[in-house]
Amino acid sequence: MIPLNLADGAPPALHGVTEAPPVLDWWLLAPFLVLFGAGVLGVLLEAFWPKGSRRTAQIVLTAVALLGAFLLLVLQVEAVGEGTTIANGVLAVDRTVLFFQGTITVLALISLMLIAERRDGRDAFSAQAATVPGSEEERTHILAGSQHTEVYPLVLFAVLGMLMFPASNDFLVMFIALEVMSLPLYLLCGLARRRRLFSQEAAVKYFLLGAFSSAFFLFGIAMVYGYAGSVNFGVIRQAVESGGAEIFQDGNGEPLLLMGVGLVAIGLLFKVGAVPFHNWKPDVYQGAPTPITALMASCTLVAAFGALLRVFFVPFGTSVELWEPMLWTVAILTMVVAAVVAVTQRDVKRLLAYSSVVHAGFILTAVVAGSVEGLAGAMFYLAAYGFTTLGAFAVVTLVRTRDGGQELGDLDKWAGLGRRSPGLALALSLFLLAFAGIPLTSGFIGKFAVFEAAVAAGATPLVVVGVLSSAVTAYFYVRIIVVMFFRDSEGEGPTVARAGMLTGSVITVGVAATLALGILPGAFLDTLLPSGEPGQEPAAVMVDQVTEVPTGE
Amino acid sequence: MDPLSISFVLLITFVGSLIHVYSLGYMAEDPGRRRFFAYLNLFVAAMLVLVLADNFVLLFLGWEGVGLASYLLIGFWQYKPTAATAAKKAFLINRVGDIGLLVAIMIMFTVLGAVSFSDVFAAVPGASDGILLAIGLLLLLGACGKSAQLPLQAWLLDAMEGPTPVSALIHAATMVTAGVYLIVRAGPIFEGAPVAQTAVMTVGAATMLAGGLIASAKDDIKKSLAGSTMSQIGMMVLAAGLGPVGYVAAIAHLITHGFFKAGLFLGAGSVMHGMNDDVDMRRYGGLASKMPITFATFGLGYLAIIGVPFLSGWWTKESIISAAFGIGGTAGAVFGTAIIVGAALTAFYMSRMVFMTFLGKKRWDDGVHPHESPVSMTAPMVVLSIGSVALGAFLVFGDRFAGFLAPAIGAEPHHFTVGHAFTAPYGIAALVVLVLGVALAWFMYLRKPVARTAPKGNLVTNTARNELYGNEINEGLFMRPGQVLTKALVVIEDKVIDGAVNGLGAGVGDSSTGLGRTQTGFARTYALTMLIGAVIVAATLVVRF
Repeated sequence: MIPLNLADGAPPALHGVTEAPPVLDWWLLAPFLVLFGAGVLGVLLEAFWPKGSRRTAQIVLTAVALLGAFLLLVLQVEAVGEGTTIANGVLAVDRTVLFFQGTITVLALISLMLIAERRDGRDAFSAQAATVPGSEEERTHILAGSQHTEVYPLVLFAVLGMLMFPASNDFLVMFIALEVMSLPLYLLCGLARRRRLFSQEAAVKYFLLGAFSSAFFLFGIAMVYGYAGSVNFGVIRQAVESGGAEIFQDGNGEPLLLMGVGLVAIGLLFKVGAVPFHNWKPDVYQGAPTPITALMASCTLVAAFGALLRVFFVPFGTSVELWEPMLWTVAILTMVVAAVVAVTQRDVKRLLAYSSVVHAGFILTAVVAGSVEGLAGAMFYLAAYGFTTLGAFAVVTLVRTRDGGQELGDLDKWAGLGRRSPGLALALSLFLLAFAGIPLTSGFIGKFAVFEAAVAAGATPLVVVGVLSSAVTAYFYVRIIVVMFFRDSEGEGPTVARAGMLTGSVITVGVAATLALGILPGAFLDTLLPSGEPGQEPAAVMVDQVTEVPTGE
Repeated sequence: MDPLSISFVLLITFVGSLIHVYSLGYMAEDPGRRRFFAYLNLFVAAMLVLVLADNFVLLFLGWEGVGLASYLLIGFWQYKPTAATAAKKAFLINRVGDIGLLVAIMIMFTVLGAVSFSDVFAAVPGASDGILLAIGLLLLLGACGKSAQLPLQAWLLDAMEGPTPVSALIHAATMVTAGVYLIVRAGPIFEGAPVAQTAVMTVGAATMLAGGLIASAKDDIKKSLAGSTMSQIGMMVLAAGLGPVGYVAAIAHLITHGFFKAGLFLGAGSVMHGMNDDVDMRRYGGLASKMPITFATFGLGYLAIIGVPFLSGWWTKESIISAAFGIGGTAGAVFGTAIIVGAALTAFYMSRMVFMTFLGKKRWDDGVHPHESPVSMTAPMVVLSIGSVALGAFLVFGDRFAGFLAPAIGAEPHHFTVGHAFTAPYGIAALVVLVLGVALAWFMYLRKPVARTAPKGNLVTNTARNELYGNEINEGLFMRPGQVLTKALVVIEDKVIDGAVNGLGAGVGDSSTGLGRTQTGFARTYALTMLIGAVIVAATLVVRF
């Protein structure tokens, strides 16, 4: 819907197309614009800023932009009230959206610390990505100390896409957000400094499969447009409620809707990595530079789930009975298959990738719940998981082989880490226990919240599967702890790089957030998350049209 | 606190003090004597809680406390496997009884809504017969455990593994009489449940006879005395089961028994002290001259327990006999006769003990030098023997004790007259069996030489020597099936549960490997998987379940 000034009496146009130029609320658009502007500025810096201090300039610019966007989002919380839509109704701004966006910017800031971290003057990224791995040219660049400071603008663009993704109130904008988010990530995945072929392979796979899923998504949008006659969420919601656009008054439009829901769902489920659309995750998480993996595991997951929740709760929120069986199936598959496959993984990064898939399954149970409690549970879960997983990947960046100093993913070689670096091993143990959902960690509260919502909505069998799967996951989390603390290392074992200030801060923040959200979740749950009557439809706290004129105008 | 509690408090503190003094001598050489006295005082404290409680819950606290102290003291010499086993056995069998008491208290709380004595007894008239019967039988079960009554009697003989002062105080004078106290204290409940009363009397009579038989056959002086204790407490339980007419007799006998049985145990301890801790009476003989004071005090206790007229035991035992016949009917006759038979057994086994220990020819080994015990041990024995002689007359004569107790138990005093004891048929019968019992013992153990090893016995002797096969029954009925059950559970645990868990783990591992194969690393396979996923999504959207 169009945020036209209702006061002037003009009837709101239904199809989002008007003759008048769109009214843009610059204030509410500001977070997007800050990131976009900073990204463009970053590209210009690449061209004009002196090479010597370019990296520093980029980092400062990115950090300031992210911080600025976060502060703007915080300032908007009070201003938006019940929420509204902006820019011709293509973007929604309400407290749920702001929560997702705020979480993404904070997690991105923390990821930035990992991305900016350097060891022996080198960061995690290739000196010159265009060179053939192992070639003379590559060595020249390494010796010359070249570096890809383009990483930072790419991150800014990706985060911009992530902020738009859960805020979209229009399928086409959502598709654009998806691509804005994904394209920089595809690139970033291929930029690893070490094991470059592996990294490039991951990037190509991610790109191919991502393109494949985007095609599904786009085709789904076409179907939905055919059914509802619009791509605007508010309009679609009304259309679904009344049985489709005017031409489908005899009710024969349902196949179109079904195809649309299914295809759109595939695109979104691919992004969150639900089984059977998860295959990219282990390969990409393992191949990508670990700081980028951390960024994807935290921010991308939040953004993708934010979008998924919005799509299923707002435009498709009145056809729950259509998609519920489908999500049941996917959730069960995700929780079971990923947990089982993870059991035999030997590589820590792959293991964390499968872990991320299982967590996606747990959050899907909250989507199935289809209630405000489910929404709140999923939001809490995502935030808690984001902090914990960032901490875990930060630990991974520190454990390295003795000779080449490259990261050591092989779990068997982690034996004895608990004796050599007790602090690091303890921190990782805490993260793993949080993943397993042990009480006094944020993971427990999150799991409890989503399972409680699912049970309240009558999805008890799903929760039973979830708890059983959770038990299986506990096995491999605890196995890592056992390896670290209770097994003697064969031979020399890994070295542990001294945690730089940045990585150390990331781990500290991860520990603090995991414990704080686990021990005192009350403040967080009460103030930041939406609350409603038991079983209330989540659309009640997610806007799809102008509900009230923002006070800022 | 009422006269009933006061009677027990006086008995516990008085006998307890004497036994503390005695222990000073008896335990003088023991390295763990500090621990011993700590346990002993824990016992006294718990026993006082038991008798001073004004409600069943506090009573239960004391009840458990004495059970714990008893366990600790039986197993005091814990390096002896027999002592450790005996302690465990006593504890376990007591637990069975404790459960009875506990469940009885629970029923009181839920049904009668009270646990204090006064409130419970006030609620008794309004309670249904079934409830009263259930509470009564459960209380009886509790009493059976603590007082070593059938069928929970098996622990008492083994409990003699503890130091002798412990046997005297806990397993003769005080703790084992707690069951009698409980039954008398809960009198109003039993009066409301005649079936439970009959059960009490039956248990008492059966234990009285069983204990007498065991005591007659055991060659171990302490175990013989333990059998005697069972028997005497059986008599008290029987008396308590008679209702108000028997309460005074039961408690009076309990108190006099506390004196002479403690004295007898201390005497036995004194004998063992002089005989290098040998307990086999077949290796005693002719000790009277070596231990004159022990002989004198033991002899007085002996005369008292068998019921020689005008000594303590006679007064109280005659009271019980007359009370039993006093209830009339078949029950009165049966139980009265049973007591007389029990009295005959008492006369026999106690005479046997005295004859084998103090009279006859010496049968001890050459290396043994019997000697009299130090004054710290003999002095308490002297004091107790005075009680054995005079206390009965003091209590019973002129119904003094009955009058004292009346306000506590609300019993109509049962008038006991000396003349009646000699003229009534049962009084005469009691005296006749006394003489017969002593004569039989004299014939078997004094006139004929006593063999140094036990002769092969007949069926009755063997049964009695084996404690009526109580252990075998327990083993056959409970221990073996329990062991089989345990083994079966272990097998189930190992094979079925562990098997399932391990199988599940292996299954998860295998399926993990299997599913892991779909992660080929080829983008084309992944795309295919996604396509399959699309089919699944389509299918679940079209075919909604």
